[in-house]
Amino acid sequence: MNARVNWVGYKTIVHKEVTRILRIWAQTVVPPAITMTLYFIIFGNLIGRRIGDMGGFDYMQFIVPGLIMMSVITSSYGNMVSSFFGAKFGRHIEELLISPLPNWVILAGYVTGAMARGIMVGLLVMVISLFFTRVEVQHPLVMVSVLLLTSVVFAMAGMVNAIFATKFDDIAIVPTFILTPLTYLGGVFYSISLLPEFWQKVSIFNPILYMVNGFRYGILGVSDVGIVYAYIIMGVFAISLASLCLWLLHRGTGLRS
Amino acid sequence: MHALQVNNLTKTYANGVEALKGVSLEVEEGDFFALLGPNGAGKSTLIGIMSSLVNASSGDVRVFGTSVQQQRSKAMSYIGLVPQELNFNQFERPLEIIVNQAGYYGINRKIAHERAEKYLRQLQLWDKHDKMSRFLSGGMKRRLMIARAMVNEPRLLILDEPTAGVDIEIRRSMWEFIREINESGTTVILTTHYLEEAEELCRNIAIIDHGKIVQNTDMKSLLGTLDIETFVLDLKEPLSEVPQVEGMEFKLRDSSTLEASLPKRKSLNSLFSSLDSAGVRVQSMRNKANRLEELFLRMVDKGTTT
Repeated sequence: MNARVNWVGYKTIVHKEVTRILRIWAQTVVPPAITMTLYFIIFGNLIGRRIGDMGGFDYMQFIVPGLIMMSVITSSYGNMVSSFFGAKFGRHIEELLISPLPNWVILAGYVTGAMARGIMVGLLVMVISLFFTRVEVQHPLVMVSVLLLTSVVFAMAGMVNAIFATKFDDIAIVPTFILTPLTYLGGVFYSISLLPEFWQKVSIFNPILYMVNGFRYGILGVSDVGIVYAYIIMGVFAISLASLCLWLLHRGTGLRS
Repeated sequence: MHALQVNNLTKTYANGVEALKGVSLEVEEGDFFALLGPNGAGKSTLIGIMSSLVNASSGDVRVFGTSVQQQRSKAMSYIGLVPQELNFNQFERPLEIIVNQAGYYGINRKIAHERAEKYLRQLQLWDKHDKMSRFLSGGMKRRLMIARAMVNEPRLLILDEPTAGVDIEIRRSMWEFIREINESGTTVILTTHYLEEAEELCRNIAIIDHGKIVQNTDMKSLLGTLDIETFVLDLKEPLSEVPQVEGMEFKLRDSSTLEASLPKRKSLNSLFSSLDSAGVRVQSMRNKANRLEELFLRMVDKGTTT
């Protein structure tokens, strides 16, 4: 009985989230596709030709995994934070809070919705990249698992942000001041072997470096970090953030008075 | 069986405001129960705790014997809530809102669509089912929240000021709908500022003031305690002096309007014959306030002054 209620409830949240993503496609799917196309043209094509090889690949090929990962990260995070905070701000989160659904189903539903947008945008960017370069996937399982894990991690990070946010400014602070710098410094556009030793050591504390390189390993077969470390880091973040989200939902932080 | 049992419930908010100070209450299954109180008395906090939107500081709430605090999911499956504030996504359509709400209760989409249509039709909203809900009128939005609360066919329906800001015609049709829901076996708890609404619909009543229950009884007994009634009389000819009649009190509002307060044991005939012999001619007459309103004000005033 409960399993059926939870399953239908989960499907309903996912359906609602995906409907929302598709209804406002001009805000959710198109902007990252345009931004990434510009990156491919400017960095990959125009500037990339002068840069030459990086990590044994031409620059355009090198940045493809990083740009896909960047769009997955921002889309998963952005979807969760805007949808969950929007529901909180408009008080329709109460529809879920008064329902019999346990917190883990609410979390799973919203995370799946955010992943749906992350993956949708990631696939779109991958298709766009095919207009600029050839992409041969070396380790498909690694590629898919890193994509899913990264999406899960940033969806849950988005929920934590949404739970604590009290105004719309609060949901812009983390992406602007934390997420964007970490992503740009996470090896999207360069191999950390190009950095001075000190900055290489600093970079290894950036979790996004492991996600970008894990994904790059899946597509190109090269990485600046050990793939096992990448999985461990993503796993630790996924478990920690899931526990934190469930604890916050249980306490009702920012949701129940 | 009790639909609702509230035991010694307290709530102190983070800012130190003590909203509930040991509230205990019981509502029988099938009852139509009024929960009244002035603004800030603690009604919405109490409803918030019943529906798990507010965490209690201490005490216990049970819905059909199931503790909201201990077995939240099970307790919530019994409840339908119509909150005071609009809390649906204004960018969704009524049908979508109700079908999604049904999904949160494990109701599959086919049945959810059937129920959504049924309740939207009953609440005269079906022709708006595909319209963006932000374009609905205030009354329609309130009815939409009632339809949404009904989609899981709850055993306990909680209505927090469902008719606020709704015109009298719609209000009466909403009363009719809620009365039918109650007659079909659903327990209803209603808070309202329209006291004639509570008097018209409810069988039992609790009045809450300053976080405490100041009265909890059945409507008949409560109204039976009303010992003085006040009438407003429109006079045929202006009056300069207040008439003096033993056992009755008069007050001039203006030269052509007189307020008469008389004990319930006195008949209206005695009022008119006294006025007649004092040479006062009455054009028309009405109750100053409805009976429950008078009692309510008295109880709340008492609570304020003690």
